Amino acid sequence: MPMTGLEIYKLLPQTNCKECGLPTCLAFAMKLASKGAELKQCPYVSEASKAKLEAASAPPIRLVTVAADGHKVAAGNETVLFRHEKTFYHKPGLFIRVRDTEAALAARVAEADAYVVDYVGIKLSVDGFAVEAASGDAARFAAAVSAARGASQRPLILIASDPAVMEAGVKAAAGTQPLLYAADENNWQKMAEVARAARAPLAVRAAGLDKLAALTDNLKKAGLEDLVLDPLARGYGESLAALTQIRRLALKKNFRPLGFPVITFPGEAAGADETVLAGQHIAKYAGFIVLESFDPAMLYPLLTLRQNLYTDPQKPIQVQPGVYEINNPNGDAPVMVTTNFSITYFAVNNEVEGSGWPAWLVVADAEGMSVLTAWAAGKFDADRIAKAVQAAGVEGKIRHKRIIIPGQVAVLSGELEESLAGWQIMVGPKEAVDIPAYLKTMWPRTN
Amino acid sequence: MPVTIEIPKEKWAGKVREVTLGATPAEGGTRARTLTVGGEGTLPFLHFDGAGVAIPHAPALALEVRDRRPDDWSPLLAEAWGEALADPGDWARAAEAAGADLIVLTLSLTQADGSPNTPANAVAVVKKVLAATGLPLAVFGPGQAEKDNELIVPVAEAAKGERLLIGICEDKNYRTIVAAAMANGHLVSSKTPMDVNLAKQLIILIHDMGMPLDRIVMDPTTGALGYGIEYGYSVMERLRLAALQGDSMTQQPMLVTPGEEAWKAKEAKVGEGVPGAWGDWRRRAVNWETLTGSALLQSGADIVVLRHPESLARLKTQIAGLMQA
Repeated sequence: MPMTGLEIYKLLPQTNCKECGLPTCLAFAMKLASKGAELKQCPYVSEASKAKLEAASAPPIRLVTVAADGHKVAAGNETVLFRHEKTFYHKPGLFIRVRDTEAALAARVAEADAYVVDYVGIKLSVDGFAVEAASGDAARFAAAVSAARGASQRPLILIASDPAVMEAGVKAAAGTQPLLYAADENNWQKMAEVARAARAPLAVRAAGLDKLAALTDNLKKAGLEDLVLDPLARGYGESLAALTQIRRLALKKNFRPLGFPVITFPGEAAGADETVLAGQHIAKYAGFIVLESFDPAMLYPLLTLRQNLYTDPQKPIQVQPGVYEINNPNGDAPVMVTTNFSITYFAVNNEVEGSGWPAWLVVADAEGMSVLTAWAAGKFDADRIAKAVQAAGVEGKIRHKRIIIPGQVAVLSGELEESLAGWQIMVGPKEAVDIPAYLKTMWPRTN
Repeated sequence: MPVTIEIPKEKWAGKVREVTLGATPAEGGTRARTLTVGGEGTLPFLHFDGAGVAIPHAPALALEVRDRRPDDWSPLLAEAWGEALADPGDWARAAEAAGADLIVLTLSLTQADGSPNTPANAVAVVKKVLAATGLPLAVFGPGQAEKDNELIVPVAEAAKGERLLIGICEDKNYRTIVAAAMANGHLVSSKTPMDVNLAKQLIILIHDMGMPLDRIVMDPTTGALGYGIEYGYSVMERLRLAALQGDSMTQQPMLVTPGEEAWKAKEAKVGEGVPGAWGDWRRRAVNWETLTGSALLQSGADIVVLRHPESLARLKTQIAGLMQA
């Protein structure tokens, strides 16, 4: 919980030396509280005060990063329970699980590693792999980790409960920062040593939040800071309760022992549907999600859900400006223009596509706003539309010079005739849902 | 070091209103059973907040049935329902057998032969569906003001006393349908476009006509996964938080339509000419609907209207798991 200016003031030297650049220590304390100044501006603050202030300003959920070869997956640092309150910051990492007992491990990793799917111009893929020492054998585990590393440069989660086996895996993953899963009541001292030597984050597993908090407390005393929680709550109801409680404790109570991201295994819950449970964990509070199966038909919707819910409500998803071809248009197909707000684009695109009409859809850069909002903000005016049409190079593709603008901006047609010399400006319907009927009357089909 | 953690619990000032759909013969209808939704005293499925009474009813799963074979539904849906699509009575029976808690009958603009739909046809179809199933029933018009009024009013009269949920009430067209519901003992669905204040405003207007609040369900409008789900999701979370904080006009149970929205998306609808990275069409399509519905359950949905029986089965399992306190 952030400290107030007065609480901070009590920890300052209270000499009003002005060396921080502010007239009094109280003024400096107020600036610190509002994050308008940094503690290092004060040359005289005591080490004890510094430690207290730094602890108080640490984020309530620690940011934990796993990394390899330039790939990085960070989870934590969340500040809200509901995305509309601010935004969710760090998308939960999706990891595919493989076992050292699998003959086809490298091939499975390579297949999932190569997976890329395009969502409104954003390339989505899996974040990494969780390699499990299912054999319990150190050499075999090390070989599996090497094989996974050979097939993918993405970060790893190493799953082993024997610290000696874990150590072998860590060596095989040298040069990367894997997440080690997991320390428990029995092995935590040795696991802590392995994690410390490797400078790797360590997952902690215990049934029940009391036991989990006691364990993280021990590990912190052993000098570990980068921890990840597994409350061993697997099913729909249990995991929703545990993950919500952990998030609430961290954010509302600033409860440090559980101020870490959570790892989940939606494929391990008896009787649950892995896709549905993984979706639930994306919505409600997972930091790392380990999936049993690699299936594009499952990953594409999950990656899309994650992208949607982690979109900053203040910065809506935008579509790449340019020209989009719908239903294989030819030179006689209509040219329509709209904005790059994703929902606007989808609405128009779906209606045109559903109508069966071939069309060229020019998407103008309106800074992600809908037609009317963008027009009101001056982001969708005659100038911008003209530029978009010219930049899209649509003129070379058609045998006519007519363009359909949204009915909401009918007022722009006069200006547009000047900006787009030689073009005929047609005013389309106000709502996307009326596009099929409009095209039927206004643009008789020739192909 | 032993640690005993005190779990932070929320104590809310308000709760969601309970709304009961359908009427049994004893209550003046013909339904074999009724369906009560709402009543939640906390956020979805957070039983640990209350003392066992916080969430009295599980969210209901509805299946959409059309008055005739739809022209534009995905072949996957046609495959799932088979010949039942040709007859609304058979379709409703199949939906009940698939585990639906509620049938949502949507009337089309036109009849199978292309001629405009008529009040007589609408009434006949509703009677057929009422005879085919003992489940409570919702009946929605095609979504065009004039046609909605023309079809829904005679339906409301013909099914007097059944406690149907009827619609669609929108800000530009609610008076006629609300009056028909009030006169014949039905409920209404109040639909507004993804906005907290608009949702609240229409509830106020409908209530001002004299409609009791325990006969109004609100549809805050749903976007499909990938097509704006985050807007609907957050509007629902905000509406539910407002309801729990005691804002009376936001305390209606929420109805959402992930079936309709998800099956409009190309990801669900079509199997050809799409990227290979989208994966197997059938699994992807059902996942699209299921995940859209599942996310909306997390944001406060009380009635989830679906189209594919497999999505219903999967969400049923999830709800059962989430309702275990």
